[in-house]
Amino acid sequence: MATAEATTKTLKVQRFKPSENPTNTYLTDEKGVWAWMTTVDHKKIGIMYLVAVAFFFALGGFLAIALRTKLLTGASIDFIDADAYNQLFTLHGAIMVFFVLVPSIPAALGNFIMPMQLGAKDVAFPRLNLASFYIYVVGAIFTFIALALNGLDTGWTFYTPYSTESGSSVIWVTTGVFILGFSSILTGTNFITTIHKLRAPGITWSKLPLNIWALYATSVIQVLATPVLAITLLLLIMERWLGIGIFDPAMGGDPVLFQHFFWFYSHPAVYIMIVPGFGIISEVISTFSKKTVFGYWAIALSSLAIAFIGFLVWGHHMFTSGQSAVATTVFSFLTFLVGIPTGIKIFNWVATLYKGSIKMDTPMLYVFIFLFLFSIGGFTGIMLGTLSVNIHLHDTYYVVAHFHYVMMGGTLIALLAGLHYWWPKMTGKMYNERLGKVSAVLIFIGFNVTFLPQFVMGSQGMPRRYYNYIDQFAPFHQTSTIGSYILGVGFLIMLYYLLHSLFRGEKAPANPWGSRALEWQATSPPDFHNFGHTPVVIHGPYDYHQPMEEFQLGIAVDTNGHGKDTHVEPDDPELDKWKNYSLG
Amino acid sequence: MANHSSTHPAHVQHHFVDSEQQFDSAKMGMWVFIVNEVLFFGGLFCAYIVFRTWYPDLFTQAATQLDTFWGAVNTVVLIGSSLTVAMAIRSAQKNQQRGLEINLLITIALACVFLVIKYFEYSHKIHIGILPGAENYTFEGIDHPLAHVFFGIYYIMTGVHGLHVIVGIGLMLWIYFRARKGEFGSEYYTPVEITGLYWHLVDLIWIFLFPLLYLIE
Repeated sequence: MATAEATTKTLKVQRFKPSENPTNTYLTDEKGVWAWMTTVDHKKIGIMYLVAVAFFFALGGFLAIALRTKLLTGASIDFIDADAYNQLFTLHGAIMVFFVLVPSIPAALGNFIMPMQLGAKDVAFPRLNLASFYIYVVGAIFTFIALALNGLDTGWTFYTPYSTESGSSVIWVTTGVFILGFSSILTGTNFITTIHKLRAPGITWSKLPLNIWALYATSVIQVLATPVLAITLLLLIMERWLGIGIFDPAMGGDPVLFQHFFWFYSHPAVYIMIVPGFGIISEVISTFSKKTVFGYWAIALSSLAIAFIGFLVWGHHMFTSGQSAVATTVFSFLTFLVGIPTGIKIFNWVATLYKGSIKMDTPMLYVFIFLFLFSIGGFTGIMLGTLSVNIHLHDTYYVVAHFHYVMMGGTLIALLAGLHYWWPKMTGKMYNERLGKVSAVLIFIGFNVTFLPQFVMGSQGMPRRYYNYIDQFAPFHQTSTIGSYILGVGFLIMLYYLLHSLFRGEKAPANPWGSRALEWQATSPPDFHNFGHTPVVIHGPYDYHQPMEEFQLGIAVDTNGHGKDTHVEPDDPELDKWKNYSLG
Repeated sequence: MANHSSTHPAHVQHHFVDSEQQFDSAKMGMWVFIVNEVLFFGGLFCAYIVFRTWYPDLFTQAATQLDTFWGAVNTVVLIGSSLTVAMAIRSAQKNQQRGLEINLLITIALACVFLVIKYFEYSHKIHIGILPGAENYTFEGIDHPLAHVFFGIYYIMTGVHGLHVIVGIGLMLWIYFRARKGEFGSEYYTPVEITGLYWHLVDLIWIFLFPLLYLIE
């Protein structure tokens, strides 16, 4: 194995200072639509995922705005009747969960960044990576067919027996999600193998960026949980199609069994969504504090701990479904346990900030928003895991608010932090910092105006998924709707300045944030092979007390078969210092 | 890590450093995929356990309708094919071109025998009215109101397994045609090895399915 050899063998290294004006990048290497569609380059595949995720986010967001607009009043409005409303919230949930949150960070940002952070040229199985993208597209096509036929009105959870009786296109959507699952499984398989086998010389497990640890934990969950969803959906399809009698009580089946099966995947799935977000937060917080991450191992291992405990808590979705008292007690206790590794992370991040040189650029602003919103989401999750409180809050807007605080306030905000952080690396362009901050603040305000009132009305008894409400809840619903409009404006501003930066943005330097992490030691945008050389790593990714030049080492050119030394600037006198340096 | 040498063998993909790294990666990827398959079938076994615990009578009664003799024959056939695929890998490692091809062909043939026997088992059941689904099921030989549930589980478990057999045949045909072109030898046999790994899994799943479905009393 590569790393084992590195410890026993002496490598001759030299410094490779990334060029500020790269002539040959992954964006110029292969051009044209066909080249993009058939590429096996992880960076292009990541970008394609990003575009797809952005598209589905816009679609899901549009549905959410329509929902909130309807909820301005309790009565019917012209274009949304009760059945249409059921379809809207179902599709909003299904699209946001399966098409946005699950693939967003690992498949889009992770695909782009992970091999670069490992100093690899690509993921272990590049063709499989491209295949996962197309499997995702096929899954999406099935969902669109369902939309064109009868839509879907079961809620994103497809609970039986309603999902076996509903007149909507359940089979199309579940088949779509079944197919989508394989995309997730293959990405997870690919990432685990890549992290084990494709690390550059010197990158030991203790020098892995925390983003890699988070992606590793995520991939483990993807590989272990997603197949169970696949078999569940297959059984559901068979139940609806043939009536095999497993989930439908009318035919001898058990609907609670479906819930067990479904949540055995879908609870770990929320960790598939949030854990990679944790990875981004660790990266950004260190870069913008210019400081070593506090408690490296605590953060790294708590990701794995969350992945592990996450498998044992699915029963907390069924406290009111007729589970035995013993089971509910155990599940409640295990649910509280998740709070421990999560708390460890939060405290370590805050400790990282302590005495750091904090720079409040847009990515860092999102980190603060994350810390604030995700903490609220986490604490309300503990409340929902409490048995007695859960009976009262079950299926109310309190659950809706909690879920949005962790998923949108957590995952999505982390995604935005990562997007702004790596945008210069991915596109080679800087965005408008001022507009970035304006939009972040609007999103923060809009988010809280939308979802804080939902905690209140939920605790007062407003059930989720209801089309109508009594007057008592009108002010909360109306405030919430106004908040969603503010949120929408925030995202439109972001769309504007990101597109603007693509076409008119300033050129990004190789390392605009002064980060020590390996991906920033490549050019912006990176070379087709990520680095023109084989990188060699001697320090951890957060060792800000070490000089920058020691983070830019690679195997000396004369023994590098590629002989690509386009990034070496021979005039630099500092380079001489590393001429005869050996890593042994 | 070795350097990106100019003597990069043709079978090593551009992003790997050397043949060994590529082999290790492929093998690990397949093992991770096998873990995923185990979880996939694990869901089905879980459904089996739940229903068997609820209706033990149903399972013992309904299992009498399964043909133990042909089930046992199929078990032997699959175990035999696992042996021949292992021999195919051994042949590739030892540069025995002829042995590789013949062993792959025998494995493919055994997999086909398995499917043919399965076909006769299915068609007999369909003939007497044992069909999946409460409404399609018309057989009256089992005195239990939920007889269709057992056969629903039976059809899905064996059906999904059969699908894996078909995929395996496809993979081995592909390996066979590549082998005929002389692509594999002691230097490079990664695809043979990981296809073999997959095939052992297919065999192993059947070894659990056979007693759980056919041999219960």
